[in-house]
Order: sequence, then C-alpha cells, then structure tokens
Amino acid sequence: MNPDAIRDKTAIVGVGCCKFGENWTQSPEDMIVEAAYEAYADAGIDDPQRRIEAVFCGAAYPSRGTAEVAESLKLFDRPVSLVQNYCATGTDAFRYGVFSVACGLYDTVLVVGFDKPKDRGVSGPSIMMSGVRDLPATPAGWFALCAARYFEKYGATREDLARIAVKNHHNGTLAPKSMLKREITIDDVLKARIISWPFGLYDCAAQSDGAAAVVLTRRELAKTFRDDFVLVRAVAIALAPNPQSDPSFDFLGWKPTIYAARQAYAMAGIANPRKEIDVAQVHDCFTLTELLTYEDLGLCDKGAAKEHVAAGTFALKGELPINTDGGLKSFGHPTGATGVRMIYENVLQLQGRAGPRQVDNAAVALSHNIGGAPQTCGMTILARP
Amino acid sequence: MIGITSYGAYVPATRLPLALIGGSRSEGGPEKAVASYDEDAITMGVAAATECLRGFDRAVVDAVFVGSTTLPYQEKLAASIVAKALDLRRDVATADYGGSLRAGASALRGALDAVAAGTARGALVVASDCRLAAPRSALERSVGDGAAAFLVGDAHCILACEALHAVADEILDVWRAAGDPFVHTWEERFVVEHGHRSVLVEAMRGLFQKTGLGPDDFARAALYAPDLASHQAAARAAGLATERLQSPLFGRLGNTGAAFAPMLLVAALEEARPGERLLFASYGDGAEASAWRTTAEIEKLGPRRAIHWHLDRRRAIRDYAAYLRARHLEAAEHDVRQGPAISATVHFRERDHDLSFHGVRCRRCGAEYFPSQRVCYNCHARDDFESIRLSDRPGWLLSWTLDHFFPTPEPPLAAGVVQIEGGARAYLQLTGVGSEELRCDLPLEFVFRRIHEVGGKPNYFWKATPSRNPRPEPQ
Repeated sequence: MNPDAIRDKTAIVGVGCCKFGENWTQSPEDMIVEAAYEAYADAGIDDPQRRIEAVFCGAAYPSRGTAEVAESLKLFDRPVSLVQNYCATGTDAFRYGVFSVACGLYDTVLVVGFDKPKDRGVSGPSIMMSGVRDLPATPAGWFALCAARYFEKYGATREDLARIAVKNHHNGTLAPKSMLKREITIDDVLKARIISWPFGLYDCAAQSDGAAAVVLTRRELAKTFRDDFVLVRAVAIALAPNPQSDPSFDFLGWKPTIYAARQAYAMAGIANPRKEIDVAQVHDCFTLTELLTYEDLGLCDKGAAKEHVAAGTFALKGELPINTDGGLKSFGHPTGATGVRMIYENVLQLQGRAGPRQVDNAAVALSHNIGGAPQTCGMTILARP
Repeated sequence: MIGITSYGAYVPATRLPLALIGGSRSEGGPEKAVASYDEDAITMGVAAATECLRGFDRAVVDAVFVGSTTLPYQEKLAASIVAKALDLRRDVATADYGGSLRAGASALRGALDAVAAGTARGALVVASDCRLAAPRSALERSVGDGAAAFLVGDAHCILACEALHAVADEILDVWRAAGDPFVHTWEERFVVEHGHRSVLVEAMRGLFQKTGLGPDDFARAALYAPDLASHQAAARAAGLATERLQSPLFGRLGNTGAAFAPMLLVAALEEARPGERLLFASYGDGAEASAWRTTAEIEKLGPRRAIHWHLDRRRAIRDYAAYLRARHLEAAEHDVRQGPAISATVHFRERDHDLSFHGVRCRRCGAEYFPSQRVCYNCHARDDFESIRLSDRPGWLLSWTLDHFFPTPEPPLAAGVVQIEGGARAYLQLTGVGSEELRCDLPLEFVFRRIHEVGGKPNYFWKATPSRNPRPEPQ
C-alpha cells in the first residue's frame, strides 16, 4: 500500500443527515431525499443533475438496491453502486467515493448511507435462522463474547460500561437529529433488563431508521463550493477472522479495529493517536465495543480503558471527546447510514458548527465502525486543510 | 456365543416432580425424567449409544437398529441420523423399529438375528422414547423419557443370550393414532388384567417351558410394567420373588416406553457379577421374554455412564409452565416451527459438520479448525486437510454470554466459544448449565441436541455441556 496515494486529495464540501429514529411515517425515499438535499444545500449545489457525476450508496438491508437511491434522487445516466460491509457499510461506500475522486475520474460525487430496519416489524435485530448452526445467539451475544475474559483479566465491571452509556446519552441530548434525548444514570443502566450478559438494555445501541449523505470533490475544486471544506486524510477497511472460530483470538479486544487502525494511521501519518486526534466517533453498538475500541485504536493502554472512562478522558469536555453526537447508543443505528452519519458529525465538529457539543479547536477527526461477528472495521480520518 | 458386548444408557437430567402437575411444590416426592426442550428420542439415543461405544473402536459397528414409538419423523430414518451423529462407517445397515412399546426389544432381537445370520458382526441397538401424555392426565404422571443402547456381537460378550420366546397379541390397551401427539389407554383394570399382566406372564412361562428353567433360576429380572402395582402383579403371577426383581425405578425415572425394559436390563448389568442368569421381558402388542447369562467379560468393561450415573445427576423443574413450553404444549406468539425450513441442500452439504461434528486438521502445519476450511488460516496451504471428529474430545470455555434476547423456551440462552482440545474452536450453545456455573476455562464436553425446529423439523447440532465424571476420553 502506498500510504500517500490518496491523502488530502479529496474534500468534503457538503454533509446532510435526516433525523434518526423510528421514522414510521417516512419511506427510505423520504430519508434519502432529506439527507441528500441537505448535503447539496450545504455544498451550495443547486443543480445536482449536472454536478453529481457518480453515486456511492451503502445499505445493509436495502429492499431495492441501487434503484432505491437513483429513483429517489432521479440521478440516472451515471454510475450508481451499492456497497455492503456489515456495520462498516456507510464508511466503505464513502471510501469508494473518495477513491473515485482521488484518482481523478470524477470531479464531484455523492455518498449516501441509509437503512430502514423499523419496517421489519421487530424490535431489535431480527433473528433469521437460515442455517442449522448459523445463530447460536444474537449480535448482543456476539459482541458480549469479550466481556467474560476481559472482565476477568482487567477487573472491569458492568459499571464501567454503564458510564459509557451515560456519557453517550448525555451527548445525544445535545444533537438535534439524534433519536434518544434523555439523560440516564448509572443506576438506570445497571437495573435495566438484561439483553445478553453483560449488556442490559442501555448497553445496546438504539436501532433506528436513518439516512446521511456527503458531497465529495477534488481538493482543487473545493473552494468553489465553500471555504471551510474538510480533507479526507485516510480511509481504511480491514477484515479479520471470525472471532468465534479464530484459533488465536484472545477475547480481549477486536482484531478488525487493530488492523484497520494500522492502515489508517499509516495513511494519515499519525504516530500518537491520543495526542494527534481531536475528536472521534467510534462504533458503540454495545458499551463494551466502545470501551475496547479505546484500546484497539491505541487511544489508551491495554486494560486501562476503565480508568479513562472514570476520569472522563473521552467525555465531551475531556481530553479526547468521543461520540459527541450520542453515538449509535443515542443518535441511532441505521446500519448503512451510521458510517456516513459519523462523517457528518466530524465535519460539523471540524467546521465549528456542532453547537452545544462543539469540541474546541478540533482539527483532526476520526471515525470508526466495526461489524459482523465482528469481522470488519472501517475507519476514516478527516482534517481541516 | 452371541450376546451383548457393551451397554450404555441415558436419562435426561431434567426431572418433573409429580407434585408440580397437581399445582403444589413439594420437594423430595416422586418425580419422573423428562427430556429437555432440545432433546428427543434421537438425541437421547445418541447419548446412550455414545456411552455404549465408549472404549470401543466405532468401526466395529456394522448395523444400527433404533427402537422407539416417538421418532421425530414418520417418514425418514432415525437410525441414519444416529449413525451419522456417531460418525459410524458409511456401509452400516440401518433400520428403525417402531409402532410398539416392544420396539426396543424388537430392535435387540433384530441385532441378535443379524449377528446369528452373519450379516453383522457388531450391531448397535438403541432403544429410546420420549412419549407425550396429555397435560394433567393420569398417564402424564407415569410416562418418562430415556434411552438404552447395546452393542451385540459374537465375541467377548458380557451377557450371552440363551433363549427367547415371543407372544403375539392383538389388544387395544395403549395406543397413539397417526397425527395424535398424546398416548391413550383404555380403562386401567381391563388393560392390566387382559393386557400387560396376562400376556407378559404368558411369554415368561413360554420361556420357562422352552428352556426348562424356572423363576428361581434367574438372579435378576428386568420386566416392563406400566406402573408399580402391575410390576408386582406380573412378577407374582410368574413366580418371581421380589428380591430377584430389578427395581422398576417408578417415582425416579418414569415409564420410558420402548426404552423401559432395556433400561432396566442396563441397570441389572451395572450390578451383575459373572455367571448370573438374567430374565428380560418386554411388553407391547404381545410380549417377549428372554434368558441371558453374564460372563467373565462383564468385569473387563470399562466405566461408563449408565442408569445409576444418570439418575444421580438431576435438575428438578420448578415451574410446570416451563415444562409445557418446552413440549410445545403452550401456544407461543412466535413459533419458529412456522418459519421457512432449513435448505435440504445446505443440510446435505453440512452433514459432516452438523451431525458428525467433524472439523479438519491441516496436514501441512497441524492447525485444527471447525468448520472445515479450504485454505488454512495459519499456513495458507490450500486443500490439504484431513477430517477429524471433535464430538468425543474434551474442551473448555473460552468466553461466554447469557443471551436473554434469543428465542428459547428456557431463557436466557448460554452461548460461548469453546476451545476444543487439539486447537479447533467452535461457537456453541451451552446446555444443562446453570448461569452461576459459567466461568472462563470451564471444562466441557459435547452433546448432540435439537438446535432448533425451524420449518417444523428437528434440526440437530452439537451443544457443549459441563464435563462431569467419568469424563469422556478422546478416542
């Protein structure tokens, strides 16, 4: 890999996001149009038919594939692709958009991430049994698998996890488009019904509907859209063996994140992530996922996450604020939209437009998704020029 | 000499205290063994057969005969599933015996005949039953679940067969019509007087006449009976002294149907010394009595889990409703049986993984995996693997969770990643484990269970359960 190949060649000039939640009255079309037209307006684009040369979509469970986006936005006679990569779906769609611009093929492209899980008639993930041994448990069960070992080795407890839920619920109250806007207490988290030990209800992300969109252009053209554009420093995707069968897995952290971080930091030239990153959105599908991610991303030492959680290192006013908009936990988690929503939040932070949740002088922002068993991780690093 | 060369048995750990059926909660009273929601006649049969084959090379089995009145398929062989789960040779003969409480004894007779005829040298007999009586009916108090297994051969017999005598009889005393989930019976006094007692005694007397033996020539008698009173009445009528009767275990096991007399025979073998003569009598649409004699080989048979081990391992149900849910006797909002069936082609391709619990070992670097791989994770060699059976290896728990969201009749579902000795790992459901028992590094072994019933069919896979002594030895 040539780590310099795409660095800072692509600029984000417009972002949009619909309100996440149980959008019973909205169709996927409604959400896609809302997010895309907000991104157009943000980029100052009033003629998308002429300006958008290609579309990269991400959706984990689309009902109609690429047509869902092309028909909604009436973007025809140009490439429209759909990417699927578990919870890194939105990040991966963005990554292909970046490549298409960085290589010089297109001037301006649109990235759209969306999903509509609340049309499926179930609360939480649906449990489809298509194979005999496919699903010995649920996503909460898969992501819980590090808990027993990690707790035993490093002495962490459900209370350490609860602090993360409390933090993200607080941040969510400050984000206008978040799904949940309710402060909670550690006690609320610990007393909630158990979903899959050690996760209670409040340890789990809020599954929601939603769509988010980003307009990308070549760096040289960025000024023609807006002065405070944001540069794409790194994009990464990495796969790891299924942790349920990986013979060398230690159940103390997730390999996909460790692998993707290695790529992303090399591309961005980052040696000390805790010092060089100013704000981050990480995948908090479950509280433990966020806690392990602190360590897997090298933001703190192995086993030290709980001390940082207690000290507030990653709180909104802490040294490195994480999940400033409430994260998956309270902003919501429409799988395909999540990665793009994180970029939306990071761009607002880098442009100083994040209102009451604004992080002072944010210049470098990281986003991170992990998904599947989990087996895949997607990351981006964005920066002010 | 033809006879039994090994035995095994299985009793589900779950016990239903009979007091619960009446709505009270008294502890320590009579109870019966009931299959867990993930067990049935096939899984119990596999467990009994696994014990039976412990210490034996599985390649000695030439035939598998399964006797049961409660096989999960009306058309589709149970013996083929049992043979696959036991990882037996592909050229074994397979047959099911059903339709009668005598099905277990009939399967045993079939095995003796096959060995006598020379069509098999080692024949595995599985007798297993999991009968359902209507909730709160009188029969519900007596039927129990369990399985027995025998290996029949012509060398190194621990129990030699001396003679058999059968009686055919047509009577409507106990029956279950096609499509009816529940066993029915006619009025008790009629059933006992003209059914069980008279016909079972007729078979025993016929055996005595045929062999010149009398009731006092038998050290132990394993007799089928629907209840304690009938058991005593039949023994009295046949002239068998009480001390010669193998305890029928009413109040602890329950009447396990086609497996009942075979299980009592296993219990007798657990206690028998060389040179003892045993009487075995089974009933159902007629009866069959047989005379057997233990040999010196019985002392050479290694330790195995049979009736006594299993009876000591018990977990009482605390809630009658939980029992009803496990048996699908209570309507549920979401019934997975209504879902789309598992693809038959997927089942076909995954038989080695799902039923035989086969993994692979890389011939190049020795790394082991479950399920099989085409390319080695470790050394990246392509298509250079040999198949390995994992089901009889020990394992331990690497990490686990208790999933309250997963739809199961007994939430929460325990699931975890199991390290299997040799290097392979598998993500499995855990069964027969209390939440308080779960810990990293917990020693585990594997049991063949119903993993779910999607599509209205039993779908079988292996689960992990805490390892209990005697532990299975890797073979």
